[in-house]
Amino acid sequence: MANIKIPRESFEKDIGKLDEKMQERIALFGTTLEDFDEKEIELEIFPDRPDLLSYSGFKRAFLGFLGKKTGLKKYQINKPEKNYKVIIDSSVKKIRPYTACAIVKKLNLNDEKIKEIIDIQEKLHNTLGRNRKKIAIGIYPLEKIKLPITFQALEPDKILFQPLEEDKEMSGIQILEKHPAGKEYASLLSGKPKFPIFKDAEKNILSMPPIINSHLTGKISNKTKEVFIECSGFDLKILKKCLNIIVTSLAERGGKIYAMELKYKKKITTPNLTPEKRKISLENTNQLLGLNLNEKQLKTLLEKMGYDYSKKIVSIPAWRTDILHEVDLIEDIAIAYGYEKFIPEIPKVATISEENKNEIIKRKIAEILIGLNLLEVSNYHLTNKRDQFQNMGIPKKQEVGYLEIEESKTEYDILRKNLTAYLLKNLSKNIDAEYPQRIFEIGKVFNPEEKEKLSIALAPGNFTEIRQITEYLFRMLDLKIKFKERENFPPYFIEGRVGEINFNNKAIGFLGEIHPKILKNWKIKMPISLLEIDLEEIFKEFD
Amino acid sequence: MQRIIESLSPNEIKIIPYLNNSVDEICEKSELDNTSVLRALEYLHNKKIIELKFEKKKIVEIGVNGSLYRSKGLPERRLLNLLNEKHIISLSEAQKESKLSNDEFKASLGALKKKALIELKNGKISLNANREEISKKSLEETLIESLPLEHNSLSPEQLLALKFLQNRKDILQIKEIKIPKIKITEIGKKVLEAKKDFQERIEQLTPEILKKDSCWKGKKFRRYDILSPLPEISGGKRHFVNQSIDYAKKIWIDMGFKEMSGNLIMSSFWNFDALFTAQDHPVREMQDTFFINKTEELPNKNLVKAVKDSHEKGVAGSKGWEYEWKEELAKKTVLRTHTTCLSAQMLSKIKEKNIPAKFFAIGKCFRNETLDWKHGFEFNQTEGIVIDENANFRHLLGYLKEFARKMGYEKIRFRPAYFPYTEPSLEGDVWDEEKKEWIELIAAGIFRPEVTKPLLGKAIPVLAWGPGFDRMIMKIFGIKDIRDLYKNDLNQIRKMKFWIK
Repeated sequence: MANIKIPRESFEKDIGKLDEKMQERIALFGTTLEDFDEKEIELEIFPDRPDLLSYSGFKRAFLGFLGKKTGLKKYQINKPEKNYKVIIDSSVKKIRPYTACAIVKKLNLNDEKIKEIIDIQEKLHNTLGRNRKKIAIGIYPLEKIKLPITFQALEPDKILFQPLEEDKEMSGIQILEKHPAGKEYASLLSGKPKFPIFKDAEKNILSMPPIINSHLTGKISNKTKEVFIECSGFDLKILKKCLNIIVTSLAERGGKIYAMELKYKKKITTPNLTPEKRKISLENTNQLLGLNLNEKQLKTLLEKMGYDYSKKIVSIPAWRTDILHEVDLIEDIAIAYGYEKFIPEIPKVATISEENKNEIIKRKIAEILIGLNLLEVSNYHLTNKRDQFQNMGIPKKQEVGYLEIEESKTEYDILRKNLTAYLLKNLSKNIDAEYPQRIFEIGKVFNPEEKEKLSIALAPGNFTEIRQITEYLFRMLDLKIKFKERENFPPYFIEGRVGEINFNNKAIGFLGEIHPKILKNWKIKMPISLLEIDLEEIFKEFD
Repeated sequence: MQRIIESLSPNEIKIIPYLNNSVDEICEKSELDNTSVLRALEYLHNKKIIELKFEKKKIVEIGVNGSLYRSKGLPERRLLNLLNEKHIISLSEAQKESKLSNDEFKASLGALKKKALIELKNGKISLNANREEISKKSLEETLIESLPLEHNSLSPEQLLALKFLQNRKDILQIKEIKIPKIKITEIGKKVLEAKKDFQERIEQLTPEILKKDSCWKGKKFRRYDILSPLPEISGGKRHFVNQSIDYAKKIWIDMGFKEMSGNLIMSSFWNFDALFTAQDHPVREMQDTFFINKTEELPNKNLVKAVKDSHEKGVAGSKGWEYEWKEELAKKTVLRTHTTCLSAQMLSKIKEKNIPAKFFAIGKCFRNETLDWKHGFEFNQTEGIVIDENANFRHLLGYLKEFARKMGYEKIRFRPAYFPYTEPSLEGDVWDEEKKEWIELIAAGIFRPEVTKPLLGKAIPVLAWGPGFDRMIMKIFGIKDIRDLYKNDLNQIRKMKFWIK
């Protein structure tokens, strides 16, 4: 999610005083007021509204919402002048096939405006552009370049230009290896046989998208009055929308938009601000929202959200990227109506409630154990190999059958295979708490398949006590179990003091006394007996 | 007065005659051990029969090394003895023959040099003392022999020796002890006078006493001090997080919802694709979500095709995301990031005849997050859906308001929000009356047709919400650090109050 910062002075001049009421309006428009002070207002913009990622864009929409400037905003697009052309060479087809371009004139840039332009570019890159993967945006000072422009792909070693903020020329490969922006976005180009570039009529390279502009021809300054804008990527529709967002936000700042001719196989002209049309049904709107609006109200509400409405048809601004379905319009109607004005209602529909059966059994087991004065603990599902294997005395070659988390941000990087290790960890962390410590946990383990288990640990504890508890539990559940001696048992138990638990002729777990070498690993100075059983078989029995 | 006498325990009665003596003497005369006497004195103090004060005293005692030196002699004495034999000797030889450790040897050299009993020259030690000086006991030796001593009673010479020895390892230790001082109060004096009233009273009732009427008939019971503080006990109980989950469950059950359950491990298909989350959405990166090193099977082909179409070209009048949907990405395994995947599964299962229907789920969800006081990688979410041809946005607000009310929040406000799978979407804050602040609690919406059409077969309104649950739990139990939810500190769990709701 992206935040934008707005100078408070401009906000209060253009929109109104930031009092409590205004703060509420901002929230009810769907932009969270994250923070504000005397100088700045910070808003959170949801990812479906990239058109709000600049102050101009936000102002346009918010003034509508406040009822101050409603309806579809219109911008004039001037026809392309001579040489306002971009030739798209077929070499880009398999590399970065599309671009959408425009020229904006009459920009009186100052440092603040330049910052805003760079800001919106960066925010669109990060959100709609998916970190430049989907869209890369370039903005160039027209006074430094000679039209027409060519978009083509070249072998990386044939690309040579001076990238932004560098004092010498670098090749395509050098940029990826050495330039900071090159290193950051290298994965988007590396391995491709050719890299895309924009160059002007004098063969000066303007940029190598999606990485970096040229220092000489791709850096706007406060002397710049006219700019060439391009968005490149893989999906022409989204590129056009992105271009529309940028040019209209510049037009809000007084810029004049000029179209450009793009020479693909077929010629097209961008930008195109023709609104998209979509049908809306008053009935659907009222039904989904639980309201009783008439058509006039519908029209007013749509106009507050920047749309035009006429005869069941909505004209959608060409910079909106989020209108996929009628419901998207209906949500905007709800926002314009005001979320605070809806009257909550619970319909009188009879449905029968039901708790999940396994959950009932789990709760009953917990109740039985609590009756024996046991305390329930609750641990993470994630753990690490040290706790799961090394401390439990599992030899390295038996560290198998576990699920690993990719790129965990903490030391917890595998899913727990049992509850036992966690209970011992709990006891180990509680050696200063009063004894006896009798604890249990019911929860999922991954072995590697997901299963519900129960584990109990007694400290101090011996075999007799843990078996008595196990027998009591199953007597209360009215289920029959058998204990069996086994040659193979988990290595953390003491041989001769460990038993397998059988239920319906299936082994469902073990109980026994924990070996001192394991207790030593966990720095526990108390004898411990422990049980761990699979509950899935028991669930089946009650099913 | 009479009440005090009735409350005297046998041990208290035993020591009362000797209260003018020291504790050691009381022990001897009453034939009780020290602990019992002290406890009885404490009780008498509580009953205001005596005034019990503790005087602090510093005692100089012999340490571990000190007691060894007391029998073997101080290292410097041993070195001096050796020099007395040899008169002049190299340093290395001296250490070897005196059998002193490095530290001891250094300390001895220092001590002897300070007293000018030896000289060091060219790596050799020579004796610089006469016979008398050699045989005379040093201050340190005298002190060690006379320990233990009270610190206050030390002479200036002893203090000097103490200073030298304190710097050396474990020769001495200074202990602070508390010596009980007993003063009989005015009440106490009267109690002592009434000694003749002390008669045998029944202590703890036992089965033996109850066996024969004569054991208790006509006898008096010792009066207990029912107000004295007692050690705390604690019992078995559910973990407080699970207690709260049980309560939230009860809310849904009360409102006629059926419970859904399912795995924590999910395919991306159920966690994301079925919920119309585009395959290049940032939430599907490892940065945010736990991916697991395996792949999942996809459900039946028709369903997969329907979801694919919904993404690629849209269904039920939608444009879709207009991109190429990839099956491999849907097979990637994740730890569920929300319980909404359970709702998606339910929508694909439910039969037409069972609609309208309401379902809920409560369970653990995961996100790839660091662990600090505010963040955790596991959290609880509660989920609800209402599948009803006639459901609308106001109903959604109605259910949420009721849920919040049952959780103890009377005031709730809603504002627009964005989720890929709901439209309209909202977030809700509840008013914390105690702290006078809004708490962000609820995320909800009506499932998009792009979600319902493929899963349910038709695009009807499905109200859906998924409030995070941990913040509420933390508030209820007064927990400030999110890690404390799963710290499993037994002291904390034992002390944690029950949640009476």
